[in-house]
Amino acid sequence: MTALSLTDVSLSLQGNAGRVDILHDISLDVATGETLGLIGPSGSGKSSLLMLMGGLEQASAGRILAADQDLTSMNEDQLARFRRDNMGVVFQSFHLIPTMTALENVATPLELAGHRDAFQRAEAELRAVGLGDRIDHYPAQMSGGEQQRVALARASAPRPRVLLADEPTGNLDTTNGQAIMDLLFDLRDRHGATLVMVTHSHELANRCDRVVRLRDGRIDTAKAAA
Amino acid sequence: MRLAWTFARRELRGGLRGFRVFLACLALGVAAIAAVGTVRAGITAGLQEQGAALLGGDAEATFTYRFANETERTYLDQIGEQVSETVDFRSMLVVGDERGLTQVRAVDDLYPLIGQVQLTPDIPLKEALAGSDTLPGGVMERVLADRLGLSPGDQFKLGTQDFIFTAVLERFPDNASAGFGLGPRSIVRTADLATSGLITEGTLFDTQYRIALPEGTSLDTLETDVKERFQNNGLRWRDSREGAGGTATFVDRIGAFLILVGLSGLAVGGVGVSAAVRAYLAGKTNVIATLKTLGADRKTIFLTYFFQVGILTIIGVAIGLILGGGIPILLAPVIEASLPVPANFTFNPAPLGEAAIYGTLAALIFTLWPLARTEDIKAATLFRDAFASTSTLPRRPFLIATALLIATLLGLAIWFSGTAFLTLWTAGGIAGALALLVVAALIIRLIARLLRKPTRGRPALRLAFGAIGARGGESTSVVLSLGLGLSVLAAVGQIDGNLRAAFNSELPDVAPSYFFVDIQPDQIDGFRARLADDPLVEKVESAPMLRGIITTINDQPASEYANGHWVVEGDRGVTYDGPLPDGTEIVAGEWWPEDYAGPPLISFSAEEAIEMGLAIGDEMTINILGRDITGTVANFRNVSWEDAGIGFVLSMNASALAGAPHSWISTVYSAPEAEAQILRDLASAYPNITAIRIRDAIAQVSTLVEGIAAATRYGALATLLTGFLVLIGAAAAGERARTFEAAVLKTIGAPRGRIMLSFALRSALLGLAAGIVALAAGILGGWAVQTFIMENDYRIIWSNALGIIGGGIFVSLIAGLAFAARALSARPAQVLRAND
Repeated sequence: MTALSLTDVSLSLQGNAGRVDILHDISLDVATGETLGLIGPSGSGKSSLLMLMGGLEQASAGRILAADQDLTSMNEDQLARFRRDNMGVVFQSFHLIPTMTALENVATPLELAGHRDAFQRAEAELRAVGLGDRIDHYPAQMSGGEQQRVALARASAPRPRVLLADEPTGNLDTTNGQAIMDLLFDLRDRHGATLVMVTHSHELANRCDRVVRLRDGRIDTAKAAA
Repeated sequence: MRLAWTFARRELRGGLRGFRVFLACLALGVAAIAAVGTVRAGITAGLQEQGAALLGGDAEATFTYRFANETERTYLDQIGEQVSETVDFRSMLVVGDERGLTQVRAVDDLYPLIGQVQLTPDIPLKEALAGSDTLPGGVMERVLADRLGLSPGDQFKLGTQDFIFTAVLERFPDNASAGFGLGPRSIVRTADLATSGLITEGTLFDTQYRIALPEGTSLDTLETDVKERFQNNGLRWRDSREGAGGTATFVDRIGAFLILVGLSGLAVGGVGVSAAVRAYLAGKTNVIATLKTLGADRKTIFLTYFFQVGILTIIGVAIGLILGGGIPILLAPVIEASLPVPANFTFNPAPLGEAAIYGTLAALIFTLWPLARTEDIKAATLFRDAFASTSTLPRRPFLIATALLIATLLGLAIWFSGTAFLTLWTAGGIAGALALLVVAALIIRLIARLLRKPTRGRPALRLAFGAIGARGGESTSVVLSLGLGLSVLAAVGQIDGNLRAAFNSELPDVAPSYFFVDIQPDQIDGFRARLADDPLVEKVESAPMLRGIITTINDQPASEYANGHWVVEGDRGVTYDGPLPDGTEIVAGEWWPEDYAGPPLISFSAEEAIEMGLAIGDEMTINILGRDITGTVANFRNVSWEDAGIGFVLSMNASALAGAPHSWISTVYSAPEAEAQILRDLASAYPNITAIRIRDAIAQVSTLVEGIAAATRYGALATLLTGFLVLIGAAAAGERARTFEAAVLKTIGAPRGRIMLSFALRSALLGLAAGIVALAAGILGGWAVQTFIMENDYRIIWSNALGIIGGGIFVSLIAGLAFAARALSARPAQVLRAND
């Protein structure tokens, strides 16, 4: 079973200095339940590739299938609903909504999906990431590590089929980074989601089933992790 | 300091993009004040320039209820090259069965000494008043001619005299000096009224003697001379320097009031200015931290940004002055045409200076605290987020400087407006409203936070409450900026609505149907008899009516003794009574015996007596019809002014005044269906009597009040417009946060419609909250004015209330959603990566 399938995907963006080609003819399949690490030097296009997989960016060319649905043919609202039902995204900078408490941040995707028990589930999810005593805290009142745990809880609370993580430990110290990675893999193991993760860390990449290296917007090598 | 100036200039090289709201708020506030000041100065200049024309001569002597006596007339003829005599009085203009109240100006052949009377058809006044071979002519304003269905050539009657209507009175030069008249104006020749029965001793009329003075006459010297000779004779003197009389004072007062309303606009603008500076400095945190790392001290940092704000203030004030000073001049032809008084709009530095001072002080007051916060930024910010937004007060020098600036602003406002009472009340009102709005914003945020729990499961609503309740969000600035403008509008609406309701519905319930004036002593019995027989007449009050000027109290000039109290300024109604009138309450002293015939005794209104410092036994001289009557204050009584019945400050015993020529006034309370017949009967039997329909008089006063309310409303709208600019500024400043929020929400699965709904709900709820708070402030203001100043019952004007709340929601929605489109259209990946 394929969770994600990219065929000849390209991405070009209009920058101040003109059009910039970010990704070229990427073709890649990610199996259901697989953990995939995306690595490569800065500017190689790995975060852009992750964004395309999540429908957060529109491909300039090619086709992206997720859960057998073509993301490239969906409009923005259809994409949002698709993510709501199928995907969780974790960012390097956490991207919590500052005007919401930890509990509200985690409950929001569940509310959007129409779950009546959104807040009970959100609270359970926060307890699962070790933040049972911080549920009423605002992002500004929490450390970076805690904020990233909230972000993880938010991403995993709706039980997505696919988890996308963009350098989830990039803004954290080693201890916190390690704890977050343990949590991420633990969540993935418990819920059986497909995990695609962008990272600079070879150590983290080595925990993945497979690693894809990008260079200048192209797949350089793909290998199964040891 | 030079270094700070250099830094400031370098920082401003980036342009003024981040300061649009700062400049717009300041410019608009200054422009509003400058425009009001320029218009006021233009009208004042126009009134002064045309003082002689408005007065109808270089100088004017006025008498009440009498003509100048021989000595006075001889004197006037001596000082002037020409003297024109006019008589002013109210009367009923009759055409068949139709009657209309009119303010008659009876003139001589010299009228008008200065200026022109404009008639339709365009004929000279002399020709129009000459009439036909058989009847004298008369002219009147169009509104009266139309009401009575008169066309040139038709006949009408004043008293017992017939006239031929020859022309419509379009304009006459001394209009603005004529004061407040209850009926449209008509002009006839005094000589033609000789047999009309209208101008006799004791009837209510004024005479004016307009004088053309020889060139070079010193108005000051002449005024002193006239006052020395005739001050106590009831002669009132004006010259061309104050030709517009009450109009000039009225314009001045309204102008001062509107400038104070303009200050509230500046206060709202100040909120925007303050927010803009805060936002700018928040973006400069790293720059400031870097400068500190490189060795810049607190003073250099403060001055760097103070100079920038100073330059921006100068630019904002300059834009405001150009707009506020220029627009009235550009629109001069339109404004001049719509004004009932002459105006001369030119560049006038005084009001612009006033506006510039207000603008500069307001900018300083509102930016000092944000600027002081630059001291809190630590160099360590560069390494970690050390700029905690603590809410501690700035250091003491800044607090003292702010207090001094506010005191200076207040002092100058008192000086400029000339009224400490109004200024302090307005300033107190603005400060109170701002404080109330700040507290309200805190409460609104608290309530919003509490409401998040009950709205779980409705993400759009919960998100809206979350945003409203968030610390550092836009709630406070929205409630402040929108709330203050709406508060002024709500207060004006509530006060105006209550006043009009009082005029239109409440007063007439207790007020009489008619005032009748000029009833001659030999007519009063017949007059009473007609009404006594009518079962539909509920009550009739009659009193003899004279007018007099209180000249001395205890041998001291009255105005000096009573410290310029209104009772001693100008002439007052005087009556006389034998027995104690029904319903009169004596609060001190004793009423005189019914047949008392000794030295004159005076009964005085208790409230005014206390204000003037009078005591029982005081001696008072009153000049009535040129004759001095000295009496002793025998008692004080309560006088009710509220029910529109007859109320005299001053009453004397009958024998003191009964011999003087006088007429009677009467108030008639009757059922509405009887009013027309009463008027027909009395006007036919006594053509000289003038009837004033109370409903008409109230309608006219109501129109005047509406005019003032409209002017205030425009001022308040300027405040609201400034508030709207501040909202736009807040929304623009919040656009980045909204874009980010929208991107995150899209990432976790929210479609655009839901995000939009959340944004709309947040704006609408904030607008609703600001509207409710403003309405509460407006109702409080309206209630206070109605209860303590008007001493009337207060009721909520719901149309205004709903308008304020609806307006609050609408304005907030427009401002909030204006920036939502970009936030919603941005791709999440781009937004979120930009924030990484």
